[in-house]
Amino acid sequence: MNESLLRDLVPAAIGVLLRRGADFVSAEDAVQEALIRALDTWPDDPPRDPKGWLVAVAWRKFLDAARAEASRRARELAVAAEPLPDPTPTTDDTLQLYVLCAHPTLPQDSAVALTLRAVGGLTTKQIATAYLVSEATMAQRISRAKRRIAGLPLDQPGDMGTVLRVLYLVFNEGYGGDIDLAAEAIRLTRQLVALTDEPEVAGLLALMLLHHARRTSRTGPGGRLVPLGKQDRSLWDTRLIAEGVAMLQAALARDRLGEYQAQAAIAALHADAPSTAETDWVQIVEWYDELLRITGSPVVRLNRAVAIGEASGPQAGLAALADVDPGLPRHAAVAAYLHERAGNLERAADLYAEASRTATNVPERDHLSREAARVRHLLRP
Amino acid sequence: MKYLILKHYRGGPANAVDWPPMDQWTPEEVDAHIQYMRDFIAGLQETGEFVDEQALAPGGTFVRYDGEGRPPVTDGPFAETKDLIAGWCIIDVESWDRAVQLAGELSAAPGPGGKPLHEWLEVRPFYGVSAPNAE
Repeated sequence: MNESLLRDLVPAAIGVLLRRGADFVSAEDAVQEALIRALDTWPDDPPRDPKGWLVAVAWRKFLDAARAEASRRARELAVAAEPLPDPTPTTDDTLQLYVLCAHPTLPQDSAVALTLRAVGGLTTKQIATAYLVSEATMAQRISRAKRRIAGLPLDQPGDMGTVLRVLYLVFNEGYGGDIDLAAEAIRLTRQLVALTDEPEVAGLLALMLLHHARRTSRTGPGGRLVPLGKQDRSLWDTRLIAEGVAMLQAALARDRLGEYQAQAAIAALHADAPSTAETDWVQIVEWYDELLRITGSPVVRLNRAVAIGEASGPQAGLAALADVDPGLPRHAAVAAYLHERAGNLERAADLYAEASRTATNVPERDHLSREAARVRHLLRP
Repeated sequence: MKYLILKHYRGGPANAVDWPPMDQWTPEEVDAHIQYMRDFIAGLQETGEFVDEQALAPGGTFVRYDGEGRPPVTDGPFAETKDLIAGWCIIDVESWDRAVQLAGELSAAPGPGGKPLHEWLEVRPFYGVSAPNAE
C-alpha cells in the first residue's frame, strides 16, 4: 500500500466532513480513526475508490460519535445521517486547514503535531514516535490544541508566516523513528505551493530541496556530523538541486523577497560551488546582509560573520563577530573556527572545548570535542 | 527489571585513573570512544534490553517553590558542585547481576591510548509494580 497516497487524502477527507456540517474537532478525530482503519485493512483489501472509502468510513465514525454524544446529552441529533451531495471541493479547504493548524495562538510543538496529523495524515502514534514522547502524551497535546482552536472561524485569511515556520520546524527535525520528517515537510510544502502563489512558500520549498540534496553528505561513519567544508560534494543530489534552483529563480522573479527566498539563495550558492574555496562568498555575504535587513535575527548576524570570514579573511570575520551577542548558541564554535583560520590555535582549541560544553545537541557536542582534540594536536604533534 | 545506569560529570568514588579532558585526546580516540557508546546501545537494542538513553547538558539550576504569588527561587548553577549527572541509560534486564555486568561493559569505553576509562557508573534499581497476588 502506498502510505503517502493515503496521507494525501486526509486533509481532503476532513474538508468533506467540514462541508457536510461537522465541526473541526469531531471531523479531524473521525478521519484519524478512518485512517488507522485504512492502515490496518488496505494492505489486504485495497478499496477501488480510496478517497470515497476514507470519507465514508470517517463519516460513519463521525455519526457514531455524534449519536453517542447526543444520547449522552439526551438531545436530538442535528446532523442528517444521509449527507447531501457534496458541494464542489475547493483547494481553499486544504489551505484553510494549514492555516488553522498553525494558528498563532497555539504553542509551536502543538501546531507541529496538529499539522502532521490533520494536514499530513500521520497517526498520533507515528508523530509520538518521531518526537520521542509517549502516544498518550502526544494524543493529549493534539486534543488540547484542537480544543484551543475549536471555536475559530475557518474562513479567515490566515497567517502564512506561522504555517511556513511550522513546516520548517518539521523539516529541521529530520528523521524520527520510521517517519522521515524532512521528506514529510517537503511533501506538505509542495502541496502548499500548489495551493498558493506566495513567493515565500516557493522560497521555503526551494530551501528545503537544496538542504535535502546535501543530506547524505552531512553525516559520516558512526553518525558523525560532517561540516559543509568537509562534505563529499559528489554525494549531493543534483536533481534536487536543479529543482530547488529553478523554484527559487521563479520565486525571486516575482520581486517580493522574504527570509526563505534569501536563505534559499544562500543555499543555492553553496550547492553551485565545487568546493569551499570556489564558493562565491562575496555574494553570500550580500544575501546575509539582505537577510539581516529582513529578519534582524542575531543568528543571521552570527552566520554572516562566518561568511565574512571566508570572503574577506578571518580578521574581518572576527571583527563582524564582535557585534554578535556572545550568549548565542554556536557563538563559541564560530569564534573557534575564525581563530583557527587566523592562526590562534591555542585560543581556537579552548574555544572549541568551550563550544562543546555549551552545545545544544549530542552530534554537535561530539563534533566540537573532536575539533578541540584536532586543534590541540596541531599544537603538540 | 528496570535499572538506571547513571553517568556523572563529577561525583562518586575517586577515579581509578585521572584522565585528561576529552579535548586533549586525539581525534581518533574521541571517535573510538563515541563509537563504543553507539555500539553498546545498538547491542542493547538487539538483545531487547534497551529502554532509553539521554545525555544532559552541564548547565541547569536548582529551583524551589517560594510561596503563593511569588516566582520560584532558583539557586545555582554551582561550578563546584560535588555531583553532576551527565546522562543515563535505562535497561530492562533479567537480573541485578546482568545490570552490573552491562554497567561494567559501559565503563570499559576506551579513552586515551584506546585504554578502558574504568569510569565509575551508578546503577540504581527502579521500584517495580505491586502484583495483585502479593497483597
